[in-house]
Amino acid sequence: MQELIMTYGIPLAIIVAKILAIMLPLTITVAFYTYAERKVIAAAQMRRGPNVVGPFGLLQPIADAVKLLFKETILPSKANIIVFLFAPILTFTLAMVAWAVIPVNEGWVIADINVGILYLFAISSLGVYGVIMSGWASNSKYPFLGALRSAAQMVSYEVSMGFVIVTVIICVGSFNLTDIVLAQKSVWFCIPLLPMFVVFFISALAETNRTPFDLPEGESELVGGYFTEYSSMTFALFFLGEYANMLLMCAMTTLLFLGGWLPPLDIAPFNWVPGIVWFLLKVGFLAFVFLWVRATLPRYRYDQLMRLGWKVFLPLSLFWVVATAGFLVYFDMVPNAG
Amino acid sequence: MAETAIKPLTLNFGPQHPAAHGVLRLVLEMEGEIVERADPHIGLLHRGTEKLIEHKTYLQALPYFDRLDYVSPMNQEHAYAMAVEKLMGVEVPRRAQFIRVLFSEISRILNHLMNVGAFAMDVGATSPMLWAFEERDRLMEFYERVSGARLHAAYFRPGGVHQDLPAGLAEDIVEFCDNFDGFLTDMNALIRDNRIFRQRAVDVGTVTADEAMDWGFSGVMIRGSGVPWDLRKSQPYEVYEELDFDIPVGTNGDCFDRFICRVLEMSESIKIIRQCIERMPEGPVLSEDNKVSPPRRGDMKRSMEALIHHFKLYTEGFHVPAGEVYAAVEAPKGEFGVFLVADGSNKPYRCHIRAPGFAHLQGMDFMSKGHQLADTVAILGSMDIVFGEVDR
Repeated sequence: MQELIMTYGIPLAIIVAKILAIMLPLTITVAFYTYAERKVIAAAQMRRGPNVVGPFGLLQPIADAVKLLFKETILPSKANIIVFLFAPILTFTLAMVAWAVIPVNEGWVIADINVGILYLFAISSLGVYGVIMSGWASNSKYPFLGALRSAAQMVSYEVSMGFVIVTVIICVGSFNLTDIVLAQKSVWFCIPLLPMFVVFFISALAETNRTPFDLPEGESELVGGYFTEYSSMTFALFFLGEYANMLLMCAMTTLLFLGGWLPPLDIAPFNWVPGIVWFLLKVGFLAFVFLWVRATLPRYRYDQLMRLGWKVFLPLSLFWVVATAGFLVYFDMVPNAG
Repeated sequence: MAETAIKPLTLNFGPQHPAAHGVLRLVLEMEGEIVERADPHIGLLHRGTEKLIEHKTYLQALPYFDRLDYVSPMNQEHAYAMAVEKLMGVEVPRRAQFIRVLFSEISRILNHLMNVGAFAMDVGATSPMLWAFEERDRLMEFYERVSGARLHAAYFRPGGVHQDLPAGLAEDIVEFCDNFDGFLTDMNALIRDNRIFRQRAVDVGTVTADEAMDWGFSGVMIRGSGVPWDLRKSQPYEVYEELDFDIPVGTNGDCFDRFICRVLEMSESIKIIRQCIERMPEGPVLSEDNKVSPPRRGDMKRSMEALIHHFKLYTEGFHVPAGEVYAAVEAPKGEFGVFLVADGSNKPYRCHIRAPGFAHLQGMDFMSKGHQLADTVAILGSMDIVFGEVDR
């Protein structure tokens, strides 16, 4: 018995503790990210935003969560109930599990797997299933159109995103996220790979269905897009999943281009600050840019979005892959060669 | 094998739709995302205004006009007041004419701000709407100060306007005009110069000049297509003839041209407002003829005749000589006309309202044919539809 606990019990407890250590702060951050969004957009629109519930409206996300929790889960009579309910669960779960490989500081990661970036890419690609399933299972026209748009959009932008990741990987020579960050010790990748950084960030906007690519849920066209028919907690799961995904994309951008937890300069005042603070600052800045973009830009039309994805981003990222690879080979700088 | 016809996707756009601009129900037949037929169903906001007016005295009928296009209330009062004045042959004092023009132009800005914001919202930009509402609020404050109501003013009366401008209002309006340019610059930086916005608006919902005339379009809908038709210039009423202003005209007749026309019209309105305040003479603001306009409160305390006039006007109302008349103004949305038939009694025999939005909405089908669903929303936004006046 003693042995059983020692071999299985304690590692299990450690894993659970690790998961909780990332899940709890993440969930709270997501909740307060919705609050931040409302405040940032309010500031851009010369409003006050939530300011009634709690000091500065800080308890607003909690009030929202409680409200959604106690609402009735409406199941449309024509919906395919199983798929209809599974879709939000899938979306939320995928948004959460992706965080397993995100290193927030050197060694602070649940699973330091050697194909971390591939895992992330796979998980974020799976996210489209939640959208398609919800659109199909709702058996309603607006969600259906929303799901179709979303599927097309995510697939298109995933392609160029994949090439951007390939460029980074060529420069690093590893799929491991910690290695990717450590490779940026001398210079962050956003400087040599600036165009790729921009392409990646814009693709991240498209991937998370944010303005100006929020067509799948474009309110003025499709009412609520794929989650038109959802209510209560099913809706909340989509909502949380979407925001968790946004944070995930910010974290990914930080790891790939902004040097993760590394300080901007490895000199005295900067490297006293713990890595996690730098990480959070960078993620926070990118998250703010997400909101800033939302407050500023109009929405693309479906065909314009496709044109941008396939005719601009894809050739550009493809060219950079070739150019980067050619450059590294020519100057004999390929990392981990042989 | 016989070819099977695939039934197009029928989408019920509205009336409970965030972009339906009120209670429009648009039945769309779509081939994928392409709209093949757009069929507007109207009448969900029908309140029987025209019939109600037949049972009200001429003065009681006036507030109904505020409630037609509730985004530009005073322009509609204006048309009605002009119709009654034409029938009765009442002279409007000069100061009242200036005040009317002043507030017509304030209403025009009020309307265009709303539309420009709503159009931006329809193409996905959320901030301009809120910015525009900030400015609208200042204008509505002017409404409130002059008439006591922020929206349903009932300020233009047959024979003039209800009351004179309160002290200090003119100065505040000038101050608003001074600051408005800055607002327009910000707004233009955010939407007009945005390439996504341009991609969404240029070459969408194009109306040729001929089409615009065939369908009876007016206002920005026809000017956007390059036809310089504006009642303020072509058949000037009140003091428009003496004022110096331009009529912005588009070239392509697409959503973007209409948007630009509206933005430019706001600047022109500011010009008109400034001129009105500069040139406004002193004098009465309501016809001195007490058979039409009520006596002042002070007179009523002293003169028996005034008291009787007041009593008669607010119980029986004034009688209008038999006849029929059509009076139209250039409302922000287009030509707003009132056709009145009087039978000599104190109530109109018939009142027909010519609402510009009604004519514009007819173009929904040909304008959105072949466009995407998202364009339909943009087209609807650029038409500037308010259901209060379409359904009446």
